[in-house]
Amino acid sequence: MKQTFRTSMLAAAIAITAAWGTGVCAQDIKVGGLATLEGPFAVPGQDSMRGIELALSEANYTAGGKKITLIKASSNANPDVAVNAARKLVEQDKIDILIGPLSGSEGLAVKDYAKTQPNTTFVNGSSAAQDTTLRDPAPNFYRFSTDGAQWMAGLGEYVYKNKGFKKVAVVAEDYSFPYTQVLGFMLPFCQAGGKVPEKFGVPLGNKDYSSVIAKLPQDVDAIYVALGGADAINFLTQYQQAGGNKPLIGGSITVDQTVLGSKGRIRDAVIGVPAAGPIADSWDNPKWKAFVAAYKAKFPDGLPSPSLFAHAYYVETKAVLAALNQVNGDLSGGQAKFRQALSKLKLDTPTGMVTLDENRNAIADIFLTEVAVGQGGGLYNKVIRVIPQVNQTLGTDKAKFMALGPVSRTNPECK
Amino acid sequence: MSAIAPPSAALDTLPGGTAARRRYPVRPQHVLVAVLLVIYPLLATDFWTLQIGAQSLLLGVIALSLMFLAGYGGMVSLAQMTVAGLAAYMMAIFGVSAIPVSLGWPWWVVVPLSLAIATLFATFVGALSVRTEGIYTIMITLAIGMAVFYLAQQNYTVFNGFDGFKGLEPPVLFDVNWRNPLPFYYLCLTVAVLCYFAVLYLSRSTFGLSIQAIRDNPRRMRALGFNVNLHRIAAYAFAGFVAALGGVLSAWYNGRVSPGSIGIHSIIGILIIGVMGGLRHPIGPFVGAIVYVLMQTFAIDFIDRERFNTLIGTVFLLIVLFSSDGLLGLWDGIRRRLTAPRGQRRAVASKEE
Amino acid sequence: MARSPARPHAHGGLTSQSRIPNHALHLIIVRLFLLTLLNGLTLGALYFMVASGFTLVFGLMRQVNLAHGSLYLLGGYVGYEVGLASGSWFVGVAAGFASMAVVGLLLQVVLFRHMEGQDLRQTLVTIAISIIAADLMLAHWGGLAYQFDPPEWLFGATPMPLVNAYPTYRLALLATAIVIGLLLWFFLTKTRVGMMIRAGVDDRAILSATGVNVQRVFAITFAIGAGLAGFAGVVGGTALSIAPGEDNRYLLASLVVVIVGGMGSVPGAAIGAVLVGLAEQFGLAYTPTYGIAYTFLIMVLVLAIRPQGILGRPG
Repeated sequence: MKQTFRTSMLAAAIAITAAWGTGVCAQDIKVGGLATLEGPFAVPGQDSMRGIELALSEANYTAGGKKITLIKASSNANPDVAVNAARKLVEQDKIDILIGPLSGSEGLAVKDYAKTQPNTTFVNGSSAAQDTTLRDPAPNFYRFSTDGAQWMAGLGEYVYKNKGFKKVAVVAEDYSFPYTQVLGFMLPFCQAGGKVPEKFGVPLGNKDYSSVIAKLPQDVDAIYVALGGADAINFLTQYQQAGGNKPLIGGSITVDQTVLGSKGRIRDAVIGVPAAGPIADSWDNPKWKAFVAAYKAKFPDGLPSPSLFAHAYYVETKAVLAALNQVNGDLSGGQAKFRQALSKLKLDTPTGMVTLDENRNAIADIFLTEVAVGQGGGLYNKVIRVIPQVNQTLGTDKAKFMALGPVSRTNPECK
Repeated sequence: MSAIAPPSAALDTLPGGTAARRRYPVRPQHVLVAVLLVIYPLLATDFWTLQIGAQSLLLGVIALSLMFLAGYGGMVSLAQMTVAGLAAYMMAIFGVSAIPVSLGWPWWVVVPLSLAIATLFATFVGALSVRTEGIYTIMITLAIGMAVFYLAQQNYTVFNGFDGFKGLEPPVLFDVNWRNPLPFYYLCLTVAVLCYFAVLYLSRSTFGLSIQAIRDNPRRMRALGFNVNLHRIAAYAFAGFVAALGGVLSAWYNGRVSPGSIGIHSIIGILIIGVMGGLRHPIGPFVGAIVYVLMQTFAIDFIDRERFNTLIGTVFLLIVLFSSDGLLGLWDGIRRRLTAPRGQRRAVASKEE
Repeated sequence: MARSPARPHAHGGLTSQSRIPNHALHLIIVRLFLLTLLNGLTLGALYFMVASGFTLVFGLMRQVNLAHGSLYLLGGYVGYEVGLASGSWFVGVAAGFASMAVVGLLLQVVLFRHMEGQDLRQTLVTIAISIIAADLMLAHWGGLAYQFDPPEWLFGATPMPLVNAYPTYRLALLATAIVIGLLLWFFLTKTRVGMMIRAGVDDRAILSATGVNVQRVFAITFAIGAGLAGFAGVVGGTALSIAPGEDNRYLLASLVVVIVGGMGSVPGAAIGAVLVGLAEQFGLAYTPTYGIAYTFLIMVLVLAIRPQGILGRPG
């Protein structure tokens, strides 16, 4: 039929044109940025792109003497979509370096894809699943940000020793990122002598915590809530409405700007909640403050303060730029020199020094925080302590750490 | 305004199926299309062959199953992607993958087994849906699709929950790695062509004509002695088999399957492809798939990718509002207007209202 | 901050290893059961409020409005903004209802009226609208969750026998749903428009043959159905926050409730909602992993045994 004929001619024409590609100067280095610009993670995704753009603009979009072109791609937290987007960047747009993705499961999928594309270098965005680098790593996948377990460094010991919480119940959503955070919290907590008598897994997307609240044990000292900001508010509200009054311990994305901005009765429950993570909004440090100021100046429509996503993407981009500068933009020979430079990089970031371990995962500083009331009455995350140079095994022996096995609903336990 | 709903339910299109009455000669444009499809990978880059070509073909196959049910059977089933996804999951669970849950059976056992299980599931869905009329089907199949999604997401022993399965690969047969762009494209093309002709052939067979007659007037068919429900369930089974084929291909294409593959986004995606392309002729789903894949891949280069959903929703809305049958319908309308003699153009246009 | 009265000595959850005296164990089990029962009833109340509008529209107009969830979410957002601006939660609730009623009216008059009899096309249009609406809402309100604050006297826990304390707001939800149910019943059985709607559910052709302006009845019905969704959005958003994705969740819940309860039947929606709410909560409490599966199990059972729903009409 005519229409199929015409359609296929059109498709063929497009195919042939695209096959020749657009003429781009060979001196340019093409960098692909992959973040979740669609779906419920769209806001962190946008912030991630801001992080890349900030780093690139600080370097004037040049590194190693060559011009840098940024090509953006979008996913929606679905690993299939992320791989498709990565494939488009690598095979169609012919990028040299990919920076991304944002979420944990996407990171695992992109890592697998990276193994099939040895000529492109893959640098992480903010994805924080442990196994992306810990188990079966890809030789061309670099992560200059820390994983979900590392983010919890220092919290377990702090709540045991300083807050006196000996028994803690855990509430977490049923997927790998919360499990990883729980591992990061429980390992040092249990080692210090703490006990976790019960863990509650909440099905993904379920906003009704009434059944969990009904089952929470009475004889625990606190509740560790590995939920995201919005869900945390939900949980808190329902918990308060049910008459609950135990103190909470937060995960890295629990006490975020949504929670800190809460009004009304929830506010009282939030003050004093300890948490840990890769950044702390109100850290009194000149480099961090300069970063925040630069972010605010460049993005007046952005978030009030850069999120951990913007920060992660910023650091990863900085690493790429630093390594490119070191090798003078030489990406020849399968990018060998560039990758060597990346592996050996000692990067100075707004949150401290970052280096890579043998799995190309970051060793960086972590921030232990607690919610406090600031001048003017607003809530903020006060930095209690900076935990220096946390590695992927949280300071424990690597063999023992690996023997724990991959995280799951029932791993780890310490009743 | 019609107070009595007309018997025909499938987008209230022309009754019967004009395609069924047309003879099927092989016209020169058919040959041209066939030749182009075959030599396409030789003209295009690997990316275009795989991500655009092969992906459109396998999505088209899944949407073809929807077209068969909706266009010929008058039953819009939103569970087709679920059937396809289930086939992909069965491939992962019984076959080889990077996850310990997998049983690791050989492909020549796993592929037929997955197809069988998925077809069985489709029959079950059909059995549940056929006892209700018309528009219920959308609701029921959507709910079933979401049920399977939640099950897959929460269950770790069989479905490996949120993370799903990765490391799914087609076998290396005859020294060819079938996941390479060229062989995989031809594999998808073969499956697509076979399914296309199967659907076309079926549409003219007794079974197909019965299905279309049941769509138009189930009461009369019942009076004539046809077991309406059995016919409908059989239609679901056949459509399920086609969708399962697409599911196997998609497992190999993505190399992974996770709950996201069968979530609401993917379910509605197949509906959009089917409706956008046109539900009246088997070529419609493939046209819709090409457009959808092109938009999905290249939208970010032209518009703010963040509003991609608004874009595709608007395109979908416009097509549903202004065309009687997706892109095929639009094309038919334009063609009719262009080929009708001058004086009759107005008449043709108003006839379409 | 509300503090709960002293609870009986409970030494942890059901699976704990500490020694619990028999009577205390009984109390824990009974308490969990009662709490879950209450949770299920109150959740069912919310589902009823959302699903009643859906079933009304389907029953009369044979139209599956798959944008119903979007109406819920949009009503919630609008109600939140108005509530914030006016400082009164009740004004927000009213705004949620009114704004969505207007939207529903517009949809019916501008779009659906011209697609009479084309059920599938109408449904596809609602799908398209829900996709566009979800994306535009995401663009405007972002990915954050919005939590409304109910007025003081609704917040906190009410002392109750055996379970000691139960969130007041959820009890208020139950009360509201009962009131809505009664109002709907009154509207449908005692007012003229209501009788026209019920007649139209039975036989649309005869209704128009009697000289009734069916289009007007349709418009009113759609407005009420949409308004109910918006109302539920604000009220539900106070119990459980609203965020992108809630539209799909409540649409799905409405679908299941209406399939179970029967199309076009408001009492059916009530029964269906209670069943679904209880199934979900008991599932989540006793077998949390598959809690959500129980609702679908009920749906499959109903479809297998009585496809038109519990109170639905065959054919």
